[in-house]
Amino acid sequence: MGKFFAILLIIITLVSVYPIVTHMWWMPEVVSAHGPAVDHQLDETMIGSGVLFITSQFVLAGFIWAFGNHKGKIKNWPGGHKPVVAFGIILVGLEILSLSFVGSKVWASMYITKPDPNALHVDVQAEQFAFFFRYAGPDGVFGSIHPDKINDGSGNYFGLDPENDVAARDDIVVGTLTIPVDTPILLTLHSKDMIHNFYVPELRIQQDIVPGIEIPLHFTATKTGKWEIVCTQLCGLGHYSMKAYLQVMSKPEYDDWLKQQSGD
Amino acid sequence: MHDMSAEPVVHHLSPPQGFIRKHVFSLDHKVIGLQYYGLALAAVFIGMVLSWLMRLHLGWASLAIPGLQHLSPNGAPGGVITPEYYLSLMTMHGTIMVFFVLTNAPFAGFGNYFLPIQVGAEDMAFPRFNMMSFWVTFVAFLVLIAAFFVHDGPPISGWTSYATLSSVGGISGPGEAMGQNLWAVSIALFCVGQLLGSLNFIATTLDLRTKGMTLGRMPLSTWAWFITACIGLLAFADLLPATILLILDRTAGTSFFNPTGMVVSDTLLPHSGGSPLLWQHLFWFFGHPEVYIAIIPGFGIVSHILPAFTRKPLLGGMRVMIGCLIAAGFLSYMVWGHHMFVSGMNPFSAILFSVPTLIITIPFTVATLMFLGSIYGANLRFTSASLFCLGFVSVFISGGISGFFLAQPSIDTYLHATYFVVAHFHFVMAVAAIFGIFAATYFWMPKMIGRMMNETLGKLHFWLTFIGVYCIFMPMHYLGIAGNVRRYASFTDDYLVPLIPVHKFITIAALLTGAAQFIFLYNLIHTRWWGPLAPENPWEATSLEWSTTSPPPFDNFGGRHLVVHQGPYEYNAEGAAQDYVMQTDPNFVAHS
Amino acid sequence: MRTKFFILLAVFGLASSAMLVTAARPAGGTITGKVTFTGTPPKMKPIDMSKEPYCQKLHNPPIKTQDVEAGPGDTLEDSVVFISAGDQGSSSASTPVRYDQKGCQYIPHIAVMMVDQPLQIYNNDPNAHNIHPLPKVNAEWNKSQPPGAPPIDTKWDKPEFISVKCNIHPWMHGYFVVLKTSHYGLTGADGTFTIKDVPPGKYTLTAWQEHMGTQTQEVTVSGGAATANFTFKAMPY
Repeated sequence: MGKFFAILLIIITLVSVYPIVTHMWWMPEVVSAHGPAVDHQLDETMIGSGVLFITSQFVLAGFIWAFGNHKGKIKNWPGGHKPVVAFGIILVGLEILSLSFVGSKVWASMYITKPDPNALHVDVQAEQFAFFFRYAGPDGVFGSIHPDKINDGSGNYFGLDPENDVAARDDIVVGTLTIPVDTPILLTLHSKDMIHNFYVPELRIQQDIVPGIEIPLHFTATKTGKWEIVCTQLCGLGHYSMKAYLQVMSKPEYDDWLKQQSGD
Repeated sequence: MHDMSAEPVVHHLSPPQGFIRKHVFSLDHKVIGLQYYGLALAAVFIGMVLSWLMRLHLGWASLAIPGLQHLSPNGAPGGVITPEYYLSLMTMHGTIMVFFVLTNAPFAGFGNYFLPIQVGAEDMAFPRFNMMSFWVTFVAFLVLIAAFFVHDGPPISGWTSYATLSSVGGISGPGEAMGQNLWAVSIALFCVGQLLGSLNFIATTLDLRTKGMTLGRMPLSTWAWFITACIGLLAFADLLPATILLILDRTAGTSFFNPTGMVVSDTLLPHSGGSPLLWQHLFWFFGHPEVYIAIIPGFGIVSHILPAFTRKPLLGGMRVMIGCLIAAGFLSYMVWGHHMFVSGMNPFSAILFSVPTLIITIPFTVATLMFLGSIYGANLRFTSASLFCLGFVSVFISGGISGFFLAQPSIDTYLHATYFVVAHFHFVMAVAAIFGIFAATYFWMPKMIGRMMNETLGKLHFWLTFIGVYCIFMPMHYLGIAGNVRRYASFTDDYLVPLIPVHKFITIAALLTGAAQFIFLYNLIHTRWWGPLAPENPWEATSLEWSTTSPPPFDNFGGRHLVVHQGPYEYNAEGAAQDYVMQTDPNFVAHS
Repeated sequence: MRTKFFILLAVFGLASSAMLVTAARPAGGTITGKVTFTGTPPKMKPIDMSKEPYCQKLHNPPIKTQDVEAGPGDTLEDSVVFISAGDQGSSSASTPVRYDQKGCQYIPHIAVMMVDQPLQIYNNDPNAHNIHPLPKVNAEWNKSQPPGAPPIDTKWDKPEFISVKCNIHPWMHGYFVVLKTSHYGLTGADGTFTIKDVPPGKYTLTAWQEHMGTQTQEVTVSGGAATANFTFKAMPY
């Protein structure tokens, strides 16, 4: 039985590791400036964890094989527990320190450092179950948000008051986040109802959108293309279908697109 | 604390008379322990069926499940699960499993039964509180299950019940009116039950140990229950007011969690000034210690059972394991924010929470190393109980390692709310903690009901379950790495559709593994009525529960006041006549 | 003897049928009219359906929001005109009203029905919708309808103007107008309405338009037809 258990453990370990090593199901292509650093952090952690995982499961298997149904003199771990405890503390301690040190820099670059002052500012409204995106329009000023004016049926997702608020009159509201490539983007995230989340796996960034708080999120897309923005914070029955597209265009294409929107 | 040299206070309980006093409203901690276990058993099968329904829907979204439309005409018209019903099933699955299985069985169930016996007491310190704690928990369960039968069904906000989805009432979605109210009341009652239980555990451990039972001689399972009770006292004392605040926001127009200017379905809500993040803080300040409440008894149980089947004490003895469990319990109160890295909290706090989260790896790593090192050189005996202990080590390693990724905010920004998280918590809770419960069942059932369980069936149950859980939960890591978001009723996004075949594989594995659990159920039922009678000490183990009959008499030791002379794990002790020395053995002198 | 009996039976039968026929057809008149506006109505916005590519592809150019559907001659479509006071001779309605979700749009935009009249909601799209009526007087409900799901059968038991939306496609918006009376009409693209089978008498007529509000008028029906026109004051916002 011990041998069967040991072989089973080894097979399970190898089968578990195989899809990771071969990237059978893996992260999609990275399209943000900070993304490679996140991938690097994940790879480093994967290697460290992989070694720990394989070693510990193999040691378990080995011990079960060797001492399963063993009868006779019982041995204790040579050197007693102290070196093992020390090993555990030092090994994990070192891993923690190194991963934390590097990891906090990566985190800080995404969430703590200030956005580029020239970033293109897009305002985001999340609601059950869609995202809408607002650009300031030719006047460069965002109209203010009035929750009592929100009316989805008439297309006023943000609660703008163009009658009284001149800045709101030229605001552009669309359903696809359209941005130029290689340009710092600053999103200001709002939710009108539940907690939602803005997640683009390819951008390697995610942020809860909380009603009552305006949350900034900045990134730079490094590739043109179309990807999905999905909500990851349970927000109601349509949570699974809450998405929008992120369209990254070349700068000239984006300028054309923006002109078209302003003309509408 | 009381004078150890004097006779401990006994309760002079008289034997219970009549069916109701013996089996229903019993003051006997053993009956109460079995009642908790029975409740957990019913709950786990309900929770498992819910997971089957969820998994079937995830693999085959338009599948009509025959008969389901009769349970819920709104939720599953024509037998096809709607998105809101999927979320209801998911919410109830999580709530039932975390509260009524993982907090009930390893802690309230086995703890109630064995803590007084393991410390040599006649019963818990407060038998009436104990009885009340079970019945309050039972009523909490009924209130929760009632949510299935209200018009709009159970709530859809998950076991975590985040505001504002859960805090504004029916307008946020189906199930968010009466269903969510029932959920909140159920949880509030559950907290009361747990608080009463924790008080009992702590008082009994500190005050009712028999003569010679120093704290250092208590078995590791008792230590684990004691530490868990201490954690639980603080944790449930936090959750109870949180649920009350939630009920007030939903029904009394308060705004603890609801900010100004919410517009739900074009309806401006009157709330003002609240913070949805406050719910998360209150919830996770409970929630993280809660998951340690779920696993620490498992560590205690494995620490207690493994020596009986390695025939030697754990590497590191009592001190290292107790130190690990106390460290984990203490640190568990410092890490709640790791559930909130992307919540909108100040991003500096992510670093602050990440460090203790990573540090918690240390006591769990050391504990795991102690288990591994204990197998080295052992006379390892394979029984159903020991197999589940060994399996516990393997699955805890698997589950713990994924935690390492999630503890780092820079990685969590990608993996948060994906199936990677689902894989992590299922491995450590649904698998490891359940393995602890199985190990405890196979080990202690002979003592509890006086009959031996069938070992062949038990081993078969282990192999099928061990392979099964890896087939279910290991692929979820790959899904998470691919960015597969969790809590989705179906996968319609372009990037998720190609992952559906993996979900189908997981579903089939889940159904098969679930089916294997009926072997366990059959074994339990068969044992109860037709199992061979159990001797007093079938495993040749050392602690006080093996110094009494199987099952024990109503006062645990038949009027005897046991005196303890040995530590709890004198296996293969130098100079001993046999390879084990009972704790009550007055003659053996241990060479430390 | 037998012949006389049969003749009597035939006469009786004919007379009854004649009475029944005349009873079924009330001496009813028709109210017609037009709903128009003065001033500048708000500009309707094109709807961005990009979150649902199937629906987005169906509408090129995109359809516009429908809260004010202005037609040539400053007419208003989808305005409900009904007898709000003095109503008599209303008949009950058992034919189900059909509400379709097609191309991520509610068709019709405004569904008028009577209290307790069956309402059937169909999903004709390959994607799920949720139907979330927002009544204040009737009971609120919220149900999703995955593609291929059977129609939702429901009804309303109190008169009310009920806003209905889809949360999955938040631009989808319409109304269930639940009336006590069977005497109502809905203006078409040319702004005209027709209310049939109105017994002679004096009535209060109400016109409702979802953005402009309501207006009332007294109308008298005698011997056949009556006309009532409504003019709303439109504002750009």
